Amino acid sequence: MSTRQRLSWAVLNLDLEAEATKIANKLREMTANVLHKRGLVVAISGGIDSSASIALAVRAVGKERVYALVLPERDSSEDSSLRGVALAKHLGVRYEVQDIAPALVGIGCYKWRDEAIRRAIPEYGEGWRMKIVISGGTEGRFNHFKLIAVGPSGERREERLNLQDYLQIVAATNFKQRLRKTLEYFHADRLNYAVVGTPNRLEYDQGFFVKNGDGSADVKPIAHLYKSQVYALARHLGLPERITSAVPTTDTYSLPQGQDEFYFALPYQQMDLALWARNHDVSASELGEVLQISTEKAQFIYDDIEAKRRTTQYLHRPPVLMEEIIELHLQV
Amino acid sequence: MSIKQQVRHFILTNYLFTEDPSKLADAQSLMQSGAMDSTGILELIMFLEEKFAIKIADDEMVPDNLDAVDNVVAFVERKQAAR
Repeated sequence: MSTRQRLSWAVLNLDLEAEATKIANKLREMTANVLHKRGLVVAISGGIDSSASIALAVRAVGKERVYALVLPERDSSEDSSLRGVALAKHLGVRYEVQDIAPALVGIGCYKWRDEAIRRAIPEYGEGWRMKIVISGGTEGRFNHFKLIAVGPSGERREERLNLQDYLQIVAATNFKQRLRKTLEYFHADRLNYAVVGTPNRLEYDQGFFVKNGDGSADVKPIAHLYKSQVYALARHLGLPERITSAVPTTDTYSLPQGQDEFYFALPYQQMDLALWARNHDVSASELGEVLQISTEKAQFIYDDIEAKRRTTQYLHRPPVLMEEIIELHLQV
Repeated sequence: MSIKQQVRHFILTNYLFTEDPSKLADAQSLMQSGAMDSTGILELIMFLEEKFAIKIADDEMVPDNLDAVDNVVAFVERKQAAR
């Protein structure tokens, strides 16, 4: 007989001080004794995950051994950079702001992206803004993506993206995360520091990251925490209110875009609970009761979680070798 | 080639890199078996729309229509009959 308590929002509660201490201690130990580095580089977006991660890094190794990077581009909101700088000052760490837009222009990021957008919406051009929205998974359909664009006069266009155009837009946009990672490793190499990756559990489990982009790092201190736990931890760590109250966005496309409309089936609080429930073998009917949705819809959410997990396997997979090289097995 | 032959050939050669018919059962779930992921489904939809001159609506993008060779063939036949 199971002794599991009934599903409720309380399952996500944490002893925040104990958790912060545990993470900081392990992060310090891993940096010194496993990674053999002298400090930590953290790229901060002004969002909750990178903010909590850098605060934990400071707690782990001290503000003198943490280097922050703020790396905006054309489609970043101005407020995210301001929040990033305010956080770096709040924590007292060294930081650098570098606009990566010129490099993205040079590498063709916007050109490739806009070419694919214009195949779907020919009038897209100067003064237009856009975003990609996910659709289908929560209704029991296969996920597909829609392009939404708004013109200079406010005219709105919405088109289902065919595979070729979707892949090209995403591939071009992924330049942003990959270029940021290149800069993070430049500074890490120059300082002999390690790079901190900042995914929360939802992102890590469901594949909301770019392989060899923001998915790349030496250590990921909050990958085991649900997003609402990260918010709670950030508040516990005393981060500024403008950070702990910010709505999570992708900050990647020119139209404002919530993470839930781009990738997740539900707002993060509900998604956290659904993922926790899935991980603890809670039935769809019990999840449905707590989320106040039908059992059928709860089952669709479970199915969507599993579908994304299958897709995520590729993102986590290291390069496949033709033969195992056992001499190089790493010891932790 | 029949619809089934064309669909099977596309899945075998495009996703599984083989022409061995024993590698694909007509009733098997393409997603559960790992033959296809979510990107693969979008690729299948593009193939069906181009090959069979049909337009697949958002609410038709469901496993009952697309998650097995048998389902795909029945779906294409229904779409063509409705034209």
